[in-house]
Amino acid sequence: MATRKLIVDGKEIEAEETITLLQACEQAGAEIPRFCYHERLSVAGNCRMCLVEWVGSPKPQASCALQVKDIFPNKDGTTAKINTTSPYARKAREGVMEFLLINHPLDCPICDQGGECDLQDQAMGYGRAAFHRFNENKRAVEDKYMGPLVKTIMTRCIACTRCVRFATEVAGVPDLGATGRGEDVEITTYLEKAFASELSGNVVDLCPVGALTSKPYAFNARPWELKKTESVDVMDAQGCNIRVDTRGPQVMRVLPRLNEEVNEEWISDKARHACDGLSRQRLDRPYIRVNGKLKPASWAEAFAAIAAKVKSTSPDKMAAVVGDLAAAEDIKALKDLMTALRVTNLDCRQDGAKIKGGPRETYLFNSSIAGVEAADAILLVGANPRHEAPVLNARIRKAWLASGVKVANLGPAVDLTYPAEQLGTDINTLAAIANGSHPFAKVLSAAKRPMIILGSAAITRSDGAAVLALAARIAGDTGMIGPPGSHAEGGWNGFNILHTAASRVGALDLGFLPGVSADGSGGRDVAGIVQGAQKGEIELIYLLGADEFEVDRLGRVFVIYQGSHGDAGAHHADVILPGAAYTEKDGLYVNFEGRVQRGRRAAFPPGEAKEDWTILRALSDVLGVKLPYDNRAQLVAAIIKDAAHFADVGGAPIHADTSAATWGGIGQTGALDTATPLTAFIGDFYMTNPVARASETMANCSREFANPTKLVAE
Amino acid sequence: MLADKDRIFTNLYGFESPGLEGARKRGQWDNTKAIIDLGPETIVDIMKKSGLRGRGGAGFPTGLKWSFMPKEVKERPHYLVVNADESEPGTCKDRDILRNDPHTLVEGCLVASFAMRAHACYVYLRGEFIHEREALQRAVDEAYAAKLIGKNNIHGWDFDLYVHHGAGAYICGEETALLESLEGKKGQPRLKPPFPANMGLYGCPTTVNNVESIAVAPTILRRGADWFAGIGRPNNTGTKLFCISGHVNKPCNVEEEMGIPLRELIEKHCGGVRGGWANLLAVIPGGASVPLLPKHICDEQLMDFDSLKAVQSGLGTAAVIVMDKSTDVIKAIQRLSYFYKHESCGQCTPCREGTGWMWRVMTRMVKGDAKVAEIDLLHEVTKQIEGHTICALGDAAAWPIQGLIKHFRPEIEKRIAEFSKVAAE
Repeated sequence: MATRKLIVDGKEIEAEETITLLQACEQAGAEIPRFCYHERLSVAGNCRMCLVEWVGSPKPQASCALQVKDIFPNKDGTTAKINTTSPYARKAREGVMEFLLINHPLDCPICDQGGECDLQDQAMGYGRAAFHRFNENKRAVEDKYMGPLVKTIMTRCIACTRCVRFATEVAGVPDLGATGRGEDVEITTYLEKAFASELSGNVVDLCPVGALTSKPYAFNARPWELKKTESVDVMDAQGCNIRVDTRGPQVMRVLPRLNEEVNEEWISDKARHACDGLSRQRLDRPYIRVNGKLKPASWAEAFAAIAAKVKSTSPDKMAAVVGDLAAAEDIKALKDLMTALRVTNLDCRQDGAKIKGGPRETYLFNSSIAGVEAADAILLVGANPRHEAPVLNARIRKAWLASGVKVANLGPAVDLTYPAEQLGTDINTLAAIANGSHPFAKVLSAAKRPMIILGSAAITRSDGAAVLALAARIAGDTGMIGPPGSHAEGGWNGFNILHTAASRVGALDLGFLPGVSADGSGGRDVAGIVQGAQKGEIELIYLLGADEFEVDRLGRVFVIYQGSHGDAGAHHADVILPGAAYTEKDGLYVNFEGRVQRGRRAAFPPGEAKEDWTILRALSDVLGVKLPYDNRAQLVAAIIKDAAHFADVGGAPIHADTSAATWGGIGQTGALDTATPLTAFIGDFYMTNPVARASETMANCSREFANPTKLVAE
Repeated sequence: MLADKDRIFTNLYGFESPGLEGARKRGQWDNTKAIIDLGPETIVDIMKKSGLRGRGGAGFPTGLKWSFMPKEVKERPHYLVVNADESEPGTCKDRDILRNDPHTLVEGCLVASFAMRAHACYVYLRGEFIHEREALQRAVDEAYAAKLIGKNNIHGWDFDLYVHHGAGAYICGEETALLESLEGKKGQPRLKPPFPANMGLYGCPTTVNNVESIAVAPTILRRGADWFAGIGRPNNTGTKLFCISGHVNKPCNVEEEMGIPLRELIEKHCGGVRGGWANLLAVIPGGASVPLLPKHICDEQLMDFDSLKAVQSGLGTAAVIVMDKSTDVIKAIQRLSYFYKHESCGQCTPCREGTGWMWRVMTRMVKGDAKVAEIDLLHEVTKQIEGHTICALGDAAAWPIQGLIKHFRPEIEKRIAEFSKVAAE
């Protein structure tokens, strides 16, 4: 990498030529104020706050807009000098700050951005606090409608266009723009329509002033009142890093946290705004069904009711299902409890995915999220990343912007925010790609780093196992994975499963799958459990936050529901054990790329609700099969004993296993159900789990974007 | 005074036909092949030697600008873009070229494009130029029909000329905003670097030139660099179209020698200042964007880039706006402030916020409804805009006011004093 010498504030540095002067100055330790500049957006250079002095240049220079390679040495050959703190630079910035403030309302006391406002902060440094000399009337701007999540107070807008650039570049939804000219410039959604993106909430974080604020959070809290807890999102399986802001027991808001490898600094609207669901529909005490009605009960009574039923039921008539939001600790505790009871009817695949356990590479998103940026061809099979992992979708869009990655979508035609070849919904097309007769097979073969992404819609089909086998064959044939000599040799692995449930990979890692019972017969999966329930072959079922399968078809089975929300599962329960939501417990979650991440408790569970693994531990004692851990540390140690990778929290998984045995074992070759077209897996992006369904904000979004999946306009 | 034989625009007043036949009679399209045969390097060399400085306002040497284009065409094609978005208040030189002598431009586009190895040229016309567009399009069509331009033309350089009609925004006369607009985007200036010669239209090497700069090129190439350099003064050579408007007896467009004394220009060609030279108050010598000059400077002022720069003004587009003593000079500059406030694109902070502020203060000063200290405030605001913006519109908005304060401060103070006296009574 070519570098160039600069003297920044008297300190000589050697900066890479491709970075901006602003970044170079920061490397030299200088602090450069800015409003419009943002690392992840294109350079606009319009706020002029980052002006610095380039000694010898007739004008102050916008450091965000100059690359180091544009800084040429002085005429006498000496190194160019940049001053960031000289009176000259300071005066230039003070001038800009004054211009920004003359038409800004200065209504900080009633502004939600107060306390975390870039303009407020920088005005402390560059404002002329002693006097103001603008004697004209201030500009007022009409507020705009941007949907149920983004509140606008446009008089505060400083027209930095970060939001416009985010919408156009990252979200890929060019709904925002600037109209008008001169001082009449306004940021708008043009036609007073909502900002129709799953990532719309991020513009609130990007807005350096209080022009765009969070509508659901409006006037709720001040940043300095909030306790900030770093955690992990569970609304999808990407494991976006979040910060949970709480005041007392209540989660006030959720913000993204920087993690380059996972979510950069974006989160989806569901991750951000479903948090009001955490204080609605909560199960805050145990219940027992008496004469068809759920009656409040004590923990002891609830446990006694369970113990009585368990005692009278043989293990082969018991079953347990893990829900989509469970942490690894909960899953491990439930599995140990069920194993102790000799129950083998266990499953974590509520959606009926035809994934088996086995080597992790067979069920992970092996290319890794950051790896998407290196891909040069992507085949989506039954996956709509825009709804199933919006932040991943932004990554694919980023790759498309940077390198023009070729994307093909086998599944219902959707607007993915980047161009994708729509291959239709016929699953036969996959077979055609596998046998090389489809044109996209050539694209994949020619690609250096091809990817196949299997979505839940593909692997939950009745012929899901055959689809998996075909996909693995395509992956092998087009060089996505081993053998030596293929593209994959360099460490690339293009076989990816896009899970949608946050708990799924963790549960697969811990083997929460149908076991083998004492008599040698296999345990039942979810479909088998439902079937068994209807035939009377299953008499007791333990639901750990499982609401996403056909609980209404469980018939007269004794249902134990342990979870946080009064959702589908709780409605059919005979005993309800109130658990903790994801913000109320410490827990390990494994995202779809196999990365173990730790969520932290931001608030305590409401009422008598408890952390889930402690409930299971207490219940095990009552059932006479006491689990061998008394605290979370011992439990985590037990988890690590089962699956060593849980020890590496946050670490990037390495998927080096390219052996034929691993890849040959994916799925099962079989006939395709060619009569059934591929469908969308997620019907309503805003309603995918109990927390989101309890959220008023998500309900508003669902109403606003009633038809979220738009067909690609021809 | 410029001799008739040295005029380049011999049909500036439209006395003859603007068509191809008329143009040929006036010597245009005369053996253009010979110019093409000189080869790009020689053409650029001649242009450099002629000392032609860009006629759009900034006065950047045209030959040097052409030489910035890559010497070889790689994967990206080269473009010539002609800036015919003539919107500077007081300026109407390009208008008459387009109306009456369009073939000078069409021929110039061919030779300039050839010199920069461009096969396509876009002429970006001001939105309000309806007749001019029709006139230029007629000339272009004639040239195509006569195989002077187009594919397989008689000059052996495939060349397409497109006339693009803008939508009437002043800012689109700024070269990078023009390129944005031409690409179909909102007309807002780009950040520089990268400069158009490297990343211009559609990201390709592009040169943007004023109509007049391009239209004079064929004649320079025909008559030689020495001829052109022999007119005018050192570093300010050649002939120039002056547009004189305002309080003169006969406002006009006239082609004159660079460096002609202002007084001679006005008295010879415009019948003098209304009410005589003594009745002169001030002159804006180069279009609305440059500071005005009071009479005592005008008396001896020469009209060229360097002489006007020496008195802290500029030649700009050589649009001379004459104001006699009946002028309310504060009101005049206030009107210009309104223009810049109206035409600011709103992209960058100092111009977006500052132009409105200046206009409002100026509006009060017209009445005298201000404090004397506000004159300094106003001056400081202009300094906070100048040089801090992406493009030069901020500078252009600041300079007229700086000129006013510099030369007519007593006038402003008097107005304020009168107002406060009336208010007190």
